[in-house]
Amino acid sequence: MESLDVIAMVSIITAGLTIAIGSVGPALGEARAVAQALAAIAQQPDESGTITRTLFVGLAMIESTAIYCFVVTMILIFANPFWDHVIARSGG
Amino acid sequence: MNISPDSIILWQWKGVHLNATIAYTWLVMLFLVGSSWLITRRLSTGSHISRWQNLLEVLVTGMRDQIRAVSRRETGAYLPFVGTLFVFVLTCNILIIIPGYRPPTGSLSTTTALAICVLIAVPAYGIAYEGPITYFKHYVKPTPLMLPFNLIGEISRTIALAVRLYGNVMSGTVIVAILLTLAPFFFPVIMQLLGLITGTIQAYIFAILATVYIASATAAQQGVSDAGTEKTENSQTSHQDKGESHGES
Repeated sequence: MESLDVIAMVSIITAGLTIAIGSVGPALGEARAVAQALAAIAQQPDESGTITRTLFVGLAMIESTAIYCFVVTMILIFANPFWDHVIARSGG
Repeated sequence: MNISPDSIILWQWKGVHLNATIAYTWLVMLFLVGSSWLITRRLSTGSHISRWQNLLEVLVTGMRDQIRAVSRRETGAYLPFVGTLFVFVLTCNILIIIPGYRPPTGSLSTTTALAICVLIAVPAYGIAYEGPITYFKHYVKPTPLMLPFNLIGEISRTIALAVRLYGNVMSGTVIVAILLTLAPFFFPVIMQLLGLITGTIQAYIFAILATVYIASATAAQQGVSDAGTEKTENSQTSHQDKGESHGES
């Protein structure tokens, strides 16, 4: 049962660290992108359609790195393969 | 907790499992095909059109305008594929307002299937546009040394496309499920509204990225320069029109 405890502890700590560190970078990047886009729209209101569309596509691509971290976190907590492996081995 | 509708078995018979992903995918497909068939059964070209025909016209014209703005060329060949992707993902994500419904896009298998469709469609459109030899030359374009990197780029952007849609939709479901245990009365509703916005934006992003990938496979530089000259010509003609109208008035 010791290995189960270790796996649970490491998984939970890693999940928290993953989502914490992984959301900082995209947050900074999105903030910069939105600030630049607002400045561009303020300078050229005629081009706001193009700028907004490009902004949304860019934001989604930046945000996808945070989403990857979220998916890894969810896998670590709810569908941990190492946990399942140890359970299956000790049970069988 | 289920983080994927794949693990919800609705019905099984002698080893044949019907999980929630397949069931709801087919329901969405039936809904789309059935409603489109019902609406397009009697179309009118007169000045009086039904409201549902108006809805479809708005949808198709909007998609056509967006594709034209992004790919900067005529939309004829793109619209069926990209439009189907958009409408399917949008319907899957919007229907979460129905209680008991699990979005099929919240399962990695559905989004991977959609992303593989894009992966296959890109060379298909490229070959149809400029022939196989010219198309496959793009992979060895600066030098043949770049061949593995180009291939890795194709595969990694397919994975990114799949995981992005899956992660966004799944995160909406999981956050609502977690909040139900913490603050069960009002707060999950707000997060579900946020999930509706996210679902709509992700449907748009998926379709736009598919358009960008396909457009980049079909000789991007030529298209951009053509569109540029076209734009300047249009502006010149519009200036001329303005001058003429001023002269007449």
